[in-house]
Amino acid sequence: MTKPSVKPSDKPSLKPAYVYVTYIATTPDKAFGALVDVDLMRQWWVDPVAGCARVNVSDWKPGSRWIHQRADCSEVIDIVGKVVENTPPRRLVFTWARPSEEADASRHSRVTFDIEPYGDALVRLTVTHEDLESDPQMLEGISGGWPKVLSNLKTFLETGRALPPSVLAG
Amino acid sequence: MTDKLDKVFKALADATRRRLLDQLHQDNGQTLSALCEHMDMTRQAVTQHLQQLEEASLVVVVWQGREKLHYLNPVPLFEIQERWIGKFERHRLGVLHELKKQLEGNENDQT
Repeated sequence: MTKPSVKPSDKPSLKPAYVYVTYIATTPDKAFGALVDVDLMRQWWVDPVAGCARVNVSDWKPGSRWIHQRADCSEVIDIVGKVVENTPPRRLVFTWARPSEEADASRHSRVTFDIEPYGDALVRLTVTHEDLESDPQMLEGISGGWPKVLSNLKTFLETGRALPPSVLAG
Repeated sequence: MTDKLDKVFKALADATRRRLLDQLHQDNGQTLSALCEHMDMTRQAVTQHLQQLEEASLVVVVWQGREKLHYLNPVPLFEIQERWIGKFERHRLGVLHELKKQLEGNENDQT
């Protein structure tokens, strides 16, 4: 089951490398759903480089594996990790690594989604990516990626508009 | 949401605040004291500029224990870019920017 919403203190957390905040006109439940539901995710999570839609697949139980997979026919897995915390609709935390480095915990960085109600009709979504210091290449990749991904999520939740079919087809 | 965009442009319409963003772009997640070191003004003035950047969502604060860290949040800038720069222009603009950098040297544009 889900853990209480206390930050797990399995290691002293370093200063996050990146923090992204966006305000979305939606409810916390809908925002959280969009982060864990594969059918919703393929409508908004697009890879900025490859251009095709991506999905995160897992049962989202703490300790479970999750995979970041292309939603085209290739079904290539680009990123893997472990679920650290799942507290709907407030917090989702997982680790983040290349498939080739999955076994080496020291090569896992960490992603946190925090969802807070903001005013009457908005949620404040914060994405924090930390423990990336040793991996400049990954740092560069994600710093281009997150703003695009969050912008798509906002559009999807506010308008219901999915990505264009050309992108979805991969 | 127009209101939000107004705040972003207002926050950007000031050289001091752009310098603060430059500092965070160079080294993300700084304390107020660290930011003040490079600014030739009172701590209070820097705090006020940071507040305006925060209201525009260009700067986000994260508490790390007792330390208040400031982060550059590029999401509003990305939204501006998405609105006026087309998908196919991006590559050409990148090439043009590289050329300008090579010809003019690598200094930050202090505009």
